[in-house]
Amino acid sequence: MSEPSKAETAGVRDNSKASTPVALKQFYADMLLIRRFEEKAGQLYGMGLIGGFCHLYIGQEAVVVGMTAAKREGDQVITAYREHGHMLACGMDPKMVMSELTGRASGYSKGKGGSMHMFSAEKHFYGGHGIVGAQVPLGTGLAFANKYRGNDNVSITYFGDGAANQGQVYEAFNMAELWKLPVVYVIENNQYAMGTSVERSSAETHFYKRGSSFNIPGEQVDGMDAVAVHAAGQKAIAWCRAGNGPTILEMKTYRYRGHSMSDPAKYRSRDEVTAVREKRDPIEHLAQNLIAQKLASEDDLKAIDKETRAVVNAAAEYATASPEPDPAELYTDVLV
Amino acid sequence: MSIQILMPALSPTMEEGKLAKWLVKEGDEVHSGDILAEIETDKATMEFEAVDEGRIGKLLVAEGTEGVKVNQPIATLLGGDEKASPARPSPRSPLEGEPSSRSELGGGMAKAGPTPPPKAAKAASTLPQGDGVGELSDPEIPEGTEMVTMTVREALRDAMAEEMRRDDTVFLMGEEVAQYQGAYKVSQGLLEEFGARRVIDTPITEHGFAGLGVGAAFAGLRPIVEFMTWNFAMQAIDQIINSAGKTHYMSGGQMRAAIVFRGPNGPAARVGAQHSQDYSSWYSHVPGIKVIAPYFAADAKGLLKAAIRDPNPVIFLENEIAYGRSFPVPKLDDFVLPIGKARVVKPGRDVTLVAHSICVGLILEAAEKLAVEGIDAEIVDLRTLRPLDTATVIESVKKTNRLVTVEQGWPICSIGSEICSQVVEQAFDYLDAPPIKVTGKDVPMPYAANLEKLAIPHVEDVVAAVKVVCYRS
Repeated sequence: MSEPSKAETAGVRDNSKASTPVALKQFYADMLLIRRFEEKAGQLYGMGLIGGFCHLYIGQEAVVVGMTAAKREGDQVITAYREHGHMLACGMDPKMVMSELTGRASGYSKGKGGSMHMFSAEKHFYGGHGIVGAQVPLGTGLAFANKYRGNDNVSITYFGDGAANQGQVYEAFNMAELWKLPVVYVIENNQYAMGTSVERSSAETHFYKRGSSFNIPGEQVDGMDAVAVHAAGQKAIAWCRAGNGPTILEMKTYRYRGHSMSDPAKYRSRDEVTAVREKRDPIEHLAQNLIAQKLASEDDLKAIDKETRAVVNAAAEYATASPEPDPAELYTDVLV
Repeated sequence: MSIQILMPALSPTMEEGKLAKWLVKEGDEVHSGDILAEIETDKATMEFEAVDEGRIGKLLVAEGTEGVKVNQPIATLLGGDEKASPARPSPRSPLEGEPSSRSELGGGMAKAGPTPPPKAAKAASTLPQGDGVGELSDPEIPEGTEMVTMTVREALRDAMAEEMRRDDTVFLMGEEVAQYQGAYKVSQGLLEEFGARRVIDTPITEHGFAGLGVGAAFAGLRPIVEFMTWNFAMQAIDQIINSAGKTHYMSGGQMRAAIVFRGPNGPAARVGAQHSQDYSSWYSHVPGIKVIAPYFAADAKGLLKAAIRDPNPVIFLENEIAYGRSFPVPKLDDFVLPIGKARVVKPGRDVTLVAHSICVGLILEAAEKLAVEGIDAEIVDLRTLRPLDTATVIESVKKTNRLVTVEQGWPICSIGSEICSQVVEQAFDYLDAPPIKVTGKDVPMPYAANLEKLAIPHVEDVVAAVKVVCYRS
């Protein structure tokens, strides 16, 4: 699926490390945690326990799990509002994430951020942003700080195919390449900007080419395959860490649910969704590989599933039992 | 028959300049396009070209002369064909004419025609130059402190330089801040001292570099983001408000942006609707940010240093016309003023005049006129607009029982609207007359000199408003 990028043909990228068997099993567990967490979030939304906008990541799990495995401590992550998966992959506590979704004091933002706005300075997760495309200059600024400080950390800046048409994305691209900033732009192309397909919204639908006017190399990756994502992520991050400037990874992926919980998704057929689920599901695909390569048994995977469900159920119980923020919190944290 | 060559206005707000060097001598033949002289403004040294052809008759102003007023004759040109008309507007192309684009706002190395329309730089001429008026006491400055006179521009530059010296995480980015030395020369010398790592020229991408600055601030740096003017920051307002202003709250206090956005605000002179807007009330509306709008050089310095050290996003509204005004500044190693405190610049009994930024100069001048008529005005300089120091205003109104607010912004939902509301709410019984807001008119800024003059407040407007609240009209 991937097409060779300028960087690849130049042979500059580090392509030495591959996914190990242990890592593959972890990929499975990490993706499953996101899947089960999001299913639970959807359920709680239906029960009125989660309000407002709630954007589920179901179907896209391989992207964030593969990329996260490719980064190291100190690398920053920033994305938009479909970020529950990114936070769980970063190692943020499912109980606190779910508590934020239910608007409780025990949430990451004390209940003041909600589904779209969570942060963890400790885990280098910089949000959680609700304005389409705004996180792209912000993530570029994280990379700027790395370069300014002279460390070799890399900013991993995620955005969607919809955000890829925002003007500020290209302003950021220009400065990132001009100043050789260490940022991997991960374009999660789930093929719909809310209800508008990429064909209906984008003159150039190959998003990995979107940096070509700025000489930013790009690569298209099968975003439904965590192993492929991991390999591409390692190369891209190594490229940035070596001081070569930014790079783009276009992840071809798919979201199974609507844009948000309130989206009936009438813009695509049920058959289309079903076909992806049956043929390209990232979790099912990896499960089959693990069994085929005898890296895990059916029982092993069942045990992981059971464990995951327990974690998610505990998070949901915690998030529904925790108190709402104290009314006095209304006026705190406005200014430092 | 000879024609006069006049001192040119080389920027929208220039009123005088230095004739740095003659490049022709008496008797030289000149053709249109020949460079006659180098003229130094407070922002830049510019070359001055001949428009008409002829022979230089007399050089009327010696090179090295400072303070040469715009439109003052500086040389005579003996006509070749005698057809040259005296002192007429130069036949500049629209692109080289009156400033209408950011490249000309800076007034840098661009060549300008020699003879502007007679009133080109007069829009601000009724405003005081300020020298001397800042000597009034400030409780924040220890008694006996030595004062040095400097321009607001220099005070701002010194504030940035001092903070950059003490903290390596402070850096300056913006359009033309480095190699060009600042479109308005506020960052003069900073590139030389701090290098390209910390003084960064950006592409013309306000939305992008504002967001990049906020991201760098999330990561713990302390950016100073200069907007060439605040007019262009509307491109970036989403990043200023949604990203910088709200993240601390949305993160439950986990993440913050210690960042200063600064640049000239409000109308300059003759630059039309899109380049002449006052954003004071826009930003003051928003929780999660602080807004500072000083007038005096000391306040510019002390408050900019405070803004750079503040852990919150700070909007720092400067004023192009005030950049060149000189005021005393305390000679202290580390002069930092508290944010959020207004200052009673001049005490008075009869009426409270409240303003911020350039309009402080206006109300000071109005106070002098009113004094002649026996009205003793108290002058309150807000200095900070958010948090707004309403206590100082209310205390003053309780004494004077009358209030006039003055600003260049539009009247609806203005700073004056807020002050009047607070005063009516908290000091209604003290008022002897309904408060009056003197503001910019409720129209986009017109270009024509006469219309522009009508659109912004002047001393006479303030005097007239004071007479109404004092029942003296």
